[in-house]
Amino acid sequence: MGRFHRHDDGTAHAHDGDGGHSHGTPDAAAAGAPDHSGYQTSVERVEVLEAIFGENDRTAAANRAKFAAAGVRAVNLMSSPGAGKTTLLRETLSRLAGQLRIGVVEGDIETSLDADRLAGFGAQIALINTGNGFGGECHLDAPMVASALSRLVLPELDLVLIENVGNLVCPAEFDVGQDARAMVYAITDGEEKPLKYPVMFRSCELVVVNKMDLLPYLGFDLDGFVGNLRKVNPAADLIFASARTGEGVDAWCDWLRDRLLRDCHADRVRRMRRV
Amino acid sequence: MHELSICASIADIATRHAAGRPVSVINVRVGQLRQIVPDTLVYCWGLLCEETSLEGSRIIVETVPARIRCRSCEQTADVGDLPVFACAGCGGIDVEIVAGEEFLITSLELADAEAEAAADTETGTGADG
Repeated sequence: MGRFHRHDDGTAHAHDGDGGHSHGTPDAAAAGAPDHSGYQTSVERVEVLEAIFGENDRTAAANRAKFAAAGVRAVNLMSSPGAGKTTLLRETLSRLAGQLRIGVVEGDIETSLDADRLAGFGAQIALINTGNGFGGECHLDAPMVASALSRLVLPELDLVLIENVGNLVCPAEFDVGQDARAMVYAITDGEEKPLKYPVMFRSCELVVVNKMDLLPYLGFDLDGFVGNLRKVNPAADLIFASARTGEGVDAWCDWLRDRLLRDCHADRVRRMRRV
Repeated sequence: MHELSICASIADIATRHAAGRPVSVINVRVGQLRQIVPDTLVYCWGLLCEETSLEGSRIIVETVPARIRCRSCEQTADVGDLPVFACAGCGGIDVEIVAGEEFLITSLELADAEAEAAADTETGTGADG
């Protein structure tokens, strides 16, 4: 192990062997290294090897266990700002009211505007304003969702839809305890985005391609978009939709019901039989 | 964009492992597929550490390129700058990521308290140079 030390200009490095402290030599001076030979620093190194998201991931696991215990499936819904998450959710609640008991965790940096738009469909809604953080968080993390879950009556629900903060970067980094990640992608955002934001596109089980009603008016290359998506995520399900006209919304509801909840209901039946 | 909250997590972990000893460097390993901007992380670290026991410490970021392994032909390759998650050898898309998702603190370097004090004194007297 080399000997580490730090200079006044902020650089730090190690010397291999015992006799490596040679900053006073002409060569070192010529190379711009400050003369620091008066310092006799010996650095102790502490091995850590600890995941920086460890605390978040532990809380996410606890959220996941809570969902499982209540027989609830949870979807983490992500998108850029303005892609149509809330409009799609509104249509979803309207179609599934009376069929599925739905809870919504609504993440927004400020305001209850989105939560207000979702009121009136019989869903339980827990709003999280992330603006209380250090300048406003750009994503939901597991502790925020845990706090929202304490305001939902999980055993009375089948499905929790977590509407993340509109952002194509940060939400992909934080596990919140969901069973599946889904994206709402608006074709107004352009076909190259899967290559620019590969982490989020790769993280999803489903991409809802929204605003398809605008296709005739945009120079959007749909095949190019799908090709780009397949480069980063060959396996994701794809639904072409327009939350505004209702196109594809039934397919999305079917995905929630069949793809996501089927296993969950099987679990519940098994549990009931055991009781 | 979330580097400030990440710095808070790093500070918690570093403070726990330092156990009251002064820290000079926090070595962090960041995979290419983590959307962490090293410069922003370093900048936010300075803000977050002001007037804490970690003030004056620095973050050094080691980046790890993304690598995928093809489950069909077993070939392993770097992903490169264009994020294409397909096997360069056989074109297969059934690939697993074997590197590039790391995000951890690997180690701390502790400052020698006496040397730090000496350095501070020396810096203080020679700061107008």
